[in-house]
Amino acid sequence: MTLAARFASAAVLLSIFFFPPSLRAETPSRGDAFVTAAIAEPSNLLPLFASDSASAEISRLLFNGLVKYDKDLKLVGDLAAGWDVQAGGTVIVFHLRKNVVWQDGKPFTAADVEFTFRKLTDPNVPTPYGGDFEAVKSLEVLGPHVLRVTYKEPFSPGLASWSMGMLPKHLLEKEDLLKTAFARRPVGTGPYKLGKWKTGESVVLLANDRYHEGRPWIDRYVYRVIPDQATSFLELQTGGLDLAGLTPLQFRRQTDTPFFRDTYRKYSYPSFSYVYLGWNLDHPFFSDVRVREALDLSIDRKEIIAVTLLGAGRTTTGPFLPGTWAYDEAVPEPAFDPARARRLLAEAGWKDSDGDGVLEKDGKPFSFTLISNFGNDQRKQACEIVQRRLADVGIDANVRLVEWGTFLKEFIDKRRFEAVCLAWQLGRDPDVYDIFHSSKRAPGQFNFVGYSNPEVDRLLEEGRRLFGESERAAVYKKAHAILARDRPYTFLYVPDAMPVVHRRFREVEKAAAGIGHNFVRWWVPAGERRYRSLREA
Amino acid sequence: MGRYLARRIAGAVPLLFGITFLSFAVIHLAPGGPVEAKAGLNPKMTAQAREKLATLYGLDKPLVERYRAWLGRAVRLDFGESFADGEKVSVKIGRAVPVTLLVSGLSLVLVLLVGIPLGVYSAVRAGTRADSLVSGIVLFGFSAPTFWIALGLMSFFGVTLQWLPVTGLHSLFHEEMAPLERAVDLAWHLVLPVAVSAFAGLAAVTRFMRGSMLEALSQNYVRAARAKGLSEPRVLYRHALRNALLPVVTLVGLSVPGLLGGSVIFESIFSIPGMGSLFYASVFSRDYPVIMGILVLGAVLTLVGNLLADLAYAAVDPRIRLE
Repeated sequence: MTLAARFASAAVLLSIFFFPPSLRAETPSRGDAFVTAAIAEPSNLLPLFASDSASAEISRLLFNGLVKYDKDLKLVGDLAAGWDVQAGGTVIVFHLRKNVVWQDGKPFTAADVEFTFRKLTDPNVPTPYGGDFEAVKSLEVLGPHVLRVTYKEPFSPGLASWSMGMLPKHLLEKEDLLKTAFARRPVGTGPYKLGKWKTGESVVLLANDRYHEGRPWIDRYVYRVIPDQATSFLELQTGGLDLAGLTPLQFRRQTDTPFFRDTYRKYSYPSFSYVYLGWNLDHPFFSDVRVREALDLSIDRKEIIAVTLLGAGRTTTGPFLPGTWAYDEAVPEPAFDPARARRLLAEAGWKDSDGDGVLEKDGKPFSFTLISNFGNDQRKQACEIVQRRLADVGIDANVRLVEWGTFLKEFIDKRRFEAVCLAWQLGRDPDVYDIFHSSKRAPGQFNFVGYSNPEVDRLLEEGRRLFGESERAAVYKKAHAILARDRPYTFLYVPDAMPVVHRRFREVEKAAAGIGHNFVRWWVPAGERRYRSLREA
Repeated sequence: MGRYLARRIAGAVPLLFGITFLSFAVIHLAPGGPVEAKAGLNPKMTAQAREKLATLYGLDKPLVERYRAWLGRAVRLDFGESFADGEKVSVKIGRAVPVTLLVSGLSLVLVLLVGIPLGVYSAVRAGTRADSLVSGIVLFGFSAPTFWIALGLMSFFGVTLQWLPVTGLHSLFHEEMAPLERAVDLAWHLVLPVAVSAFAGLAAVTRFMRGSMLEALSQNYVRAARAKGLSEPRVLYRHALRNALLPVVTLVGLSVPGLLGGSVIFESIFSIPGMGSLFYASVFSRDYPVIMGILVLGAVLTLVGNLLADLAYAAVDPRIRLE
């Protein structure tokens, strides 16, 4: 124990002695650092280009959007104090907060929003986030803190797209966003500012004294690059990381040690993603809904969850996060009924006429290839379980794993597959137009299974026009029920997110949005700090 | 000699062209590309944005034209900018080289410091149990996968005993330490990576040393030295070892280009931001300019290394004449 630590613990003892418990109620104070790690270096911290998870995570701490999702997944103001939806949803007027300054001290105004919007829609700026802003007809600055966005038609998911981090006009006006030095020393409005970026090693962020919600308690945020996951887990076991996502095996079996229990708190909640089997609906095998139902019935999802996730997940019946407002709880949980699956297949004309254990129709055996991406063991296991279960009902599935880049370019983009096992990350907004609308079936688009149902098309269009949550909920629940009947996908499961956080952090709160939503309010009592604090500015 | 050198260099130029063209073609024709790596399955990324990216990276042009453009810049030693973050490839490589050089240089020194005495010891005790033990240990180091040894040692010394740090080359916030403290911190972080990398490289030097020492010991001049009544250490170190070291010197010369290359697996496991990690990251994001930069560097170093080795042979062995 160092001298300083002795003094600190003595001080803690004294404080217990002198202050009655009610006064000791912990009051937050500034200090310490928070250390996390990822397998890859952030590539670009500018919000317009931050597409990998590392960049997006850090970018969110450096920049703010006009709106954000709170812990209950409700859209609330961030740099905007509020907004009005007018003219039947085609106009959104944002009222910006007046107390926001850039990290260099210049005030944040509507001109910055306009500048960011111009860049998002500039044909020469290859941003992956331009899609949502194409629906915008015009953006007018009505005053230093008021602006009006007019859409070509009502587009409710557009509101959430204003969570895009805003860029400072005064620093970037004359810069080429792709080449600017600003990308390596960004200036935002966020709770943290960039301290030091050591390529290939770490990014250190420092608390922003001018943050509009108040300075974060944790002085420094350190993002380390640890390319190997086994190493990362070892580092966690030395206490060197304050936050890490665990695999099911780590969560259930490898962290049941006294050290882990004393050092970390484990959390688990549904992650924002689901794993599914996508059937190519243009393929003669899968165009018949009876066949798809039979496929559904032959697969035991609970078994897949028990084996591949060690139980750390749940079944799902549709493309929304279970428990959120768009998800229809009334849709029945999928049954596991191979006998009925066989009957349905027989109805659809599939019989094992030559007795080889594989069904045939018009002389063709029911044999197909299920492809997935290489390098994801859980998904590989899921594919193998599916393969075995399908064999039980007389369907011969071959599993083929393909490297990710190849998988996307050669199979998904070109729609050259029979069946895929894949996962979708779920946005906070339930809009699934890009995935299930019939207009999105072209090569390179995301309805690659080729699903088309005019009723679902209509509902997805309507969901984009409506703004109220309850009105939208009704629409998406209907779409959910139809998708569950039509079965373009076999929805397999929603895996759990399983983060651990070092015990010294206070105010860590699990909510619908996960645990990171109130990071700026996390703090560490003086006696438990692990890293040196910054001197008061 | 001068003419030989000129001929070798002239011969290396077309070879280098061939290597760069083949590398360029292979990495560009490999399925998947930087746009897919970046866009992934993001529905918000419109087809238009993908096209913009492809144009920006020059991927819309035919392969030969792309190679010509790349070559035009490369001959002026301009390897372009990384697709990932727009940083100059030369800057990226320049940052990674010293890191790799530090680890592999130290490990080479350690290999020589341990390997030469071990080899001599084995040769002197040839055929004994001690000799077999040494051979067994160094061959284990040579054949066991590096990642396995590394993870095992990291787990034991880092997690179980908590003696050594597990990852990286520095503690967090090491820039706030006093200079001496920083040096100690760096040394502390270097222990495991240098030890692991040296352990893997030990076999070659030890076995080479053992072989050439055995050969030297069987020579007449050694017998003569012993007959003269010289002490055994004097025979071993003054007479035999000096001659036996020559092949080892060549071996070291040949391994110099490898010092810069770094090992992908090794550096990733220890989170060392050197050439291996850089290569690993750039291959995964299909960062063509960085991949090409590293491959060219590797090719040049190999060609130069071979040339130097040939020159060294001639310098050492009077029977070889370069013409």
